[in-house]
Parts: sequence; structure tokens; C-alpha cells
Amino acid sequence: MNSLLNVTENIILIATIISITAIGISLILLVYRIISGPTNVDRAVALDAAGMNMMGMAALMAIMIPTTKLNDVILLIGVLLFIGTIGVAKYLEKGVIIDRDLD
Amino acid sequence: MIETWIEVIFNIIVAIFLLAGSFFLISSSIGTIRFPDVYTRLHATTKASTLGIASLLIGAFLFLYIQHDIISGKLLLAIVFTLITSPVAAHMISRAAHRVGIKPVTKNRTDEYEQAIHKQKQQQK
Repeated sequence: MNSLLNVTENIILIATIISITAIGISLILLVYRIISGPTNVDRAVALDAAGMNMMGMAALMAIMIPTTKLNDVILLIGVLLFIGTIGVAKYLEKGVIIDRDLD
Repeated sequence: MIETWIEVIFNIIVAIFLLAGSFFLISSSIGTIRFPDVYTRLHATTKASTLGIASLLIGAFLFLYIQHDIISGKLLLAIVFTLITSPVAAHMISRAAHRVGIKPVTKNRTDEYEQAIHKQKQQQK
């Protein structure tokens, strides 16, 4: 019975390693899109997706080295990603990040 | 005895969640490479990334609950926050792209958002 438990814990470890590899490949593809995007909006889209992948990578790291200190990091990456994406979008739209006339 | 069975089943569920989340993330990234346009790239990126991130964080939450007996509210809060803010960010980016002047790839159909803006301007006059 305990051997079955050990087998499933090894399955979790192997799944974590496979997921880290997949997210690494995904980040490489996104870096290609960030460097050679035709316009700046493509770069903003790819940066948004790269931040999402960073959240997943932090969650996988929290599983890999068994710690609970990385949960704050995941939440903080999410909040900063949203604010950064809104800032980039407003900058691309008008050139003014904080505008006072609420249209 | 029954606790070990529950632990075994939850370990397999955690592994399935992790693999599904990483699959959706890498498929969204391949879509970002392959699609021809800003709007279609947004379509690939925001939906599949949201599903993949939610699945990965559910897997991490179950792992922490099984292995360490911790109910991490921060991970649940991160899932809810991602589900709320990702469509808003995608909408802002797509509106910025349309105002900058990027034309969508339109095979067999027209740019309906442009027509709606044009009709609204004519009604205001």
C-alpha cells in the first residue's frame, strides 16, 4: 500500500517536471513573438501571455520545492500583470496613461 | 487504510490537473505564433491562458491541501482574480489596437466594429 503511495508521489514529480519543460518551451515561443512582433500591440499581447506563464511557473516551483512561501508571489504577479497590461494598453491607445477627462 | 486510498486518488488528480494546465498554456503559445493577426492572437492567448492558469493553480491548491494540510486562500484568490481581470485586459488591448489603426484580416466578412462606430457618428450629427 505504501509502495503505491510512493509511486503516485513519483507521478506528481514527473508531471511537474514535464509541465516545467512545456512552460519553458512556451516562454521561448512567446519571446520570439515579443522580439519580432510586427506592431507594438503584438508585443503587448505576448507580454500578457508571458506573465500568465510566469504565474504557472511559480506555482510549479511551489510544488517542486515543497514550500508555501510562493503563494504571495503568485498573487502579486497576477495583480502587477493586470496593472501593467492596462498601462501598456492606455499608452498605446492615446499616449496618456492617466487621463482626467473621463470619456 | 482508507486515508491512503484517498491520498493516492488525489495525487493522480493533481498530476492530471498539472498536465492539462501546461497543455493549455503551450497550445495558447503556439496559437500566438501561428495566427495571422492581433485579434486572433488575443483570441488564442487570453482564453486558453486563463483556463491553463486556473487548472495549474487548482492543482497546486490540491497538492498543498493533501501534502501539508494547508488550505491556501491566496491561490483561490489568484484564480478568481485571473478569471476577472484577463478579459478586461484583452478588451483594453483590442480596443487600443483598433484605435491605433490595425486592420483585422477579413476573409468573406467586413469589419463590424468600424461600421458600428461609423453609424454612431452619423447618428450624433
